Amino acid sequence: MSVGIHKLTMPKWGLAMTEGKVVAWLVEDGAEVEAGAEVVEIETEKISSALEAPQSGTLRRAAGIGESVPVAGLVCVIAEASAPASEVDAFVAAFQESFVPEEVPEEAAGPAPETLDANGKTVRYLRQGDGREAAMLIHGFGGDLNNWLFNHAALSAGRSVYAIDLPGHGGSSKQLENGSLAEFTATVVAFLDAVSLPKVHLVGHSMGGMVALDLALTHPGRASSLVLLAPAGLGPEIDGGYIEGFIAASRRKDMRPHLEKLFADPSAVSRQLIDDILKYKRIDGVPSALRTIAAALFPEGRQAVVLRDRLGELSLPTTVLWGDQDRILPASHAQDLPATVKTQVLQGRGHMAQMEAPAEVNQSILSCWDRSPA
Amino acid sequence: MARIITFQQAVGEALGQEMERDESVIVMGEDVAGGCGTDGEMDAWGGVLGVTKGLWDRFPDRVLDTPISESAFVGAAIGAATAGLRPVTELMFVDFMGVCFDQIFNQAAKFRYMFGGRATTPVVIRSMIGAGLRAAAQHSQCLYPLFTHIPGLKCVVPSTPYDAKGMLIEAIRDDDPVMFFEHKLLYSLEGEVPEESYTVPFGEANYIREGDDATIVTLGRMVHKSSEAADELAKDGISCEVIDLRTTSPLDEETVLESVEKTGRLVVVDEASPRCNMATDISAIVAQNAFDSLKAPVKMVCPPHTPVPFSSVLEDMYIPDAGKVAGAVRAVMAYRA
Repeated sequence: MSVGIHKLTMPKWGLAMTEGKVVAWLVEDGAEVEAGAEVVEIETEKISSALEAPQSGTLRRAAGIGESVPVAGLVCVIAEASAPASEVDAFVAAFQESFVPEEVPEEAAGPAPETLDANGKTVRYLRQGDGREAAMLIHGFGGDLNNWLFNHAALSAGRSVYAIDLPGHGGSSKQLENGSLAEFTATVVAFLDAVSLPKVHLVGHSMGGMVALDLALTHPGRASSLVLLAPAGLGPEIDGGYIEGFIAASRRKDMRPHLEKLFADPSAVSRQLIDDILKYKRIDGVPSALRTIAAALFPEGRQAVVLRDRLGELSLPTTVLWGDQDRILPASHAQDLPATVKTQVLQGRGHMAQMEAPAEVNQSILSCWDRSPA
Repeated sequence: MARIITFQQAVGEALGQEMERDESVIVMGEDVAGGCGTDGEMDAWGGVLGVTKGLWDRFPDRVLDTPISESAFVGAAIGAATAGLRPVTELMFVDFMGVCFDQIFNQAAKFRYMFGGRATTPVVIRSMIGAGLRAAAQHSQCLYPLFTHIPGLKCVVPSTPYDAKGMLIEAIRDDDPVMFFEHKLLYSLEGEVPEESYTVPFGEANYIREGDDATIVTLGRMVHKSSEAADELAKDGISCEVIDLRTTSPLDEETVLESVEKTGRLVVVDEASPRCNMATDISAIVAQNAFDSLKAPVKMVCPPHTPVPFSSVLEDMYIPDAGKVAGAVRAVMAYRA
């Protein structure tokens, strides 16, 4: 392998992905890029996202716009300025020669969601990675474990990382007792007991952030660190119209405007994303579960539970991340937090920052985990 | 991965789950109990192709075998619906529907209207449609356009196991009469279907794939032929949008128009006979409402206006296939290109 030439390959976002289409280059072939800069937009059946440069250098041999590249196939190379064109060509030729697109059988190998019983409720979860340390990803209102599509694999190097569906969501039980914060926290604790995890890094998004925070406060021994991504529970304000609209919408046209509020760039909302959410919402028991949760936690367009004053009680590494364009929960809730909390505002990102800026969010999560004593 | 089951299992599961949920749901039709209650084998069959097999064991009082008299048992189901039950009746082949047109066209479809909104008729009439089973002219038609023509009836033509389950549950919970058409060659089709009960709303077409160059509007089994054609065309750089109507009444005109306004080209693929079918209806709607968007005349891909042939060679020629669909798309692409 040539020194100073790095490949950028097609990632695998979710079990069903076999290829991705190059939609647009954000950096021209031949231009200089910084490591971590977004260079290309990739579209799959389910979702679109940008790929970042793995290294700094010159972008070469970019795949054509509209070209479909198989998972693990070459999208472009990033070469050091000194690398001669002949070496870049040889590098690409060698790669293409040895590259065999993965033949994924229908029942894709690799991690698949499982279910277990926690406190009498079925909980669906997906585990990735293996390690002594464990972490837990908790989605928000109306979400599920797929909300961590761009994060889960990247976070699971050397750690066991679990993403769960909260009660009322995804593939978990739709029956709720009262939709209270205590019910969610108790279910997550029961899940941790069921998989024999005494202590985990907790990562929560939106409503799931409030659950993670509540768990850390009420079960101090069980969290090794806490990452709260646009969490509920840090102030009374919330876009009540979003909650109401999300619950009420049963057709694509009604749902789209609400989902567009989740992203800084509304074009991130694909028809497939809308269909997937509507499929979830049409399952018996889901609308009433969501109504129960909304009544308990977000009555009359306000947040009923505000734990802001209790953040100071925490004595574990804590990071709060917030997109400054968040239209569901205001980024102002990230202001004036205790000095022990590391706060990071993500410029130009909306409520779903983990999907909009996966590299940035993953890095912040990993750095929080690294701060916690092993 | 979600669970994979067949179209046929999806229909059976919808019936079982709704009977479990609501005891006013009953199933009636020829052989639906499969010979139960006789001296022979118990639960042997379950409808002509086995869709209701296993239901009688679970709900012996609510799965009713009927005499071979469509006019009697369809009428009885409609009457039971007006009196508070939610009957799902199975009439083996849509081709036999003629003997109970009055019950369906003049009674079930009209009660809500003629009784000033005070009567409801929550009946579902399931029936098999379509050619390709070598079943000849009297067992192979796609007669959904006849029922689509009648105000007061809802008409469902699902193309996938997911839609079959969700739309049958939606049909059973609907307070109006619903005609539910199952293509016999789709029964073995497999797809992801949630184990839980769920509904799919009527009147919202489904995007099978998105594309920019031409719109293919279709339904039922032709959805799969159209997708095959779109796959083939994609290799030549022609990007098709494939829209599955899913219900012919109510009809999602908006999605059709939105797509044609984007692509400017329309091919309608319909397995029903070509006079007054969904292809002619969709073509008229587009001609009236999106004429300015059209870059080429609309193409219809339908069988010829003949009975479905018994000869297997002729039957294969009769049914629209992916090659004919692709040919029509290439023709609209080539128009003044």
